[in-house]
Amino acid sequence: MDTPYYQPEIETMKRADLEALQIKRLQNTLRIARQSPFYKARLSEAGISPDNIRTLDDLRRIPFTTKNDLRAHYPFGLVAAPMEQVVRLHSSSGTTGNPTVICHSQHDLDQWANRVARCLYMVGLRNTDVFQNTSGYGMFTGGLGFQYGAEKLGALTVPAAAGNTIRQIKFIRDFGTTSIHAIPSYVFRLYDVMRELNIDPRTDTRLTTLVIGAEPHTDAQRRKIEESLGVKAYNSFGMSEMSGPGVAFECPEQNGMHLWEDSFIMEIIDPETLEPVPDGEVGELVLTTLDREAMPLLRYRTRDLTRILPGECPCGRTHRRIDRFKGRSDDMFIVKGVNIFPMQIEKILMQFKELGTNYLITIDTINHNDEVLVEVELSDLFTDDYSQLQGLTREITRQLKDEILVTPKIKLVDKGTMPQSTGKAIRVKDLRKNK
Amino acid sequence: MTIKQLSVFLENKSGRLNEILHILGEADVRIIAAMVADTTEYGILRLITSDTARAYELLKANQVSAQQNDVIALSCQSTARVFAHQLGCFAQEGLSIEYMYSFSIHDKAFVILRTNDPNRVGEVARKYDLSIITEEELLRL
Repeated sequence: MDTPYYQPEIETMKRADLEALQIKRLQNTLRIARQSPFYKARLSEAGISPDNIRTLDDLRRIPFTTKNDLRAHYPFGLVAAPMEQVVRLHSSSGTTGNPTVICHSQHDLDQWANRVARCLYMVGLRNTDVFQNTSGYGMFTGGLGFQYGAEKLGALTVPAAAGNTIRQIKFIRDFGTTSIHAIPSYVFRLYDVMRELNIDPRTDTRLTTLVIGAEPHTDAQRRKIEESLGVKAYNSFGMSEMSGPGVAFECPEQNGMHLWEDSFIMEIIDPETLEPVPDGEVGELVLTTLDREAMPLLRYRTRDLTRILPGECPCGRTHRRIDRFKGRSDDMFIVKGVNIFPMQIEKILMQFKELGTNYLITIDTINHNDEVLVEVELSDLFTDDYSQLQGLTREITRQLKDEILVTPKIKLVDKGTMPQSTGKAIRVKDLRKNK
Repeated sequence: MTIKQLSVFLENKSGRLNEILHILGEADVRIIAAMVADTTEYGILRLITSDTARAYELLKANQVSAQQNDVIALSCQSTARVFAHQLGCFAQEGLSIEYMYSFSIHDKAFVILRTNDPNRVGEVARKYDLSIITEEELLRL
């Protein structure tokens, strides 16, 4: 009989048992980590040994690991296993400095594939499915990560890789593809090209399940994908430092992503104070690997902002859920004691069809008071009435105040005068730092 | 009945008005009337031109926020007495003037205006026999 769980004993494990498993695996991970030059020094400096970490609260005595640590000890400074056991490495592109390298043993790859298989099974994929992966292969973990996971599940796995949309659509039709992994913007591209070719994805393909991720998107965009293609689309979270895909994944409830707590310990911290935030509040996700032997990472600061969704999930899985990502902690700023993330502001601005997509937030001290100025481009002029423009400004101000608890000053500006939304645009200018 | 007006979002930045006029000048668009009211951070530049549709497309192509809309143009004698009479008609009918601007050629004055209820302007004009001019007439001036 078909069960909804790939590994019922782990996925529905009682919280107390799950936490006991985490402690056991954490102690083991500390033993392994001490074999690496980096952690050997870092842990002895902090006076940490596996024996004095007995509860999950003790975890907080372990120093954080950051992306800079990985860069500074590039490429193998954090490798804990003998090099003959290391069978693969993945690396980031390194556009902003030394790339970050993650090394894997065969055990690590098997566990990783197992987690991805568990995710895919959770959203209904079985060994009868045809899974087409449109990720780039190579150093990017979305390629091989999903490949091995879907194969482990037993699905027919098509390593279509990125690009060549016409060919992707031919594969979808010829191979009877039932499931695709893609970034959301590429799904829209696939849809557009299908329409140009007079193919209706709802009736002319066997697609039922989409896995989307690696690119911020809203629930409304997801619903649009589901409606256009006649599928169910599930949000996915992974990062190369945590092996790749398969860290957290939505279940059929589509309400938050279960983070696999048998493989990772998660913490949500305030990026300024580094203290844990109360459950349900937004903060930076910090992860500790629990089953990696070539290169464990302890309390790794992901810089991604999210929150833990309180309460149990009706699906029966006991692993806690995280919310959609709210942005990066590097972008956070504090005004009048309130932590503010640009994503909060962006979310509000994007709801106004009168506005364009480009904006700039400037924080400055004016008469000893911190003030937030939000400059946003007007889309086409929607009125000839000056009071309606003022009304728009007032409404934006009101909604932003509700969201960020600080009253910003709104300035409408001409199109084309703000940083463009593509690429890594600078959205926040903090002039207080220069004073 | 109505004539086309071009409204342009005008950020309060030195040189911005000049940039916009320059874009229109490049394409030889004739400006029949123009108005800018003073505002703090931004204002609206209102223009009557010889080819509003083309002027709009030009501005759009140059990333300028603009809108085409309809306004009323009246012609009358350029004396204060006549002006007062005309505007008085609208007041009599409970319409208020949201903005107006005017220009004159010889002894003829032309008033461009927008009321709070554009749908009733025709009715008021007929009732008081005001002389509304069409776009064709305006362009022939």
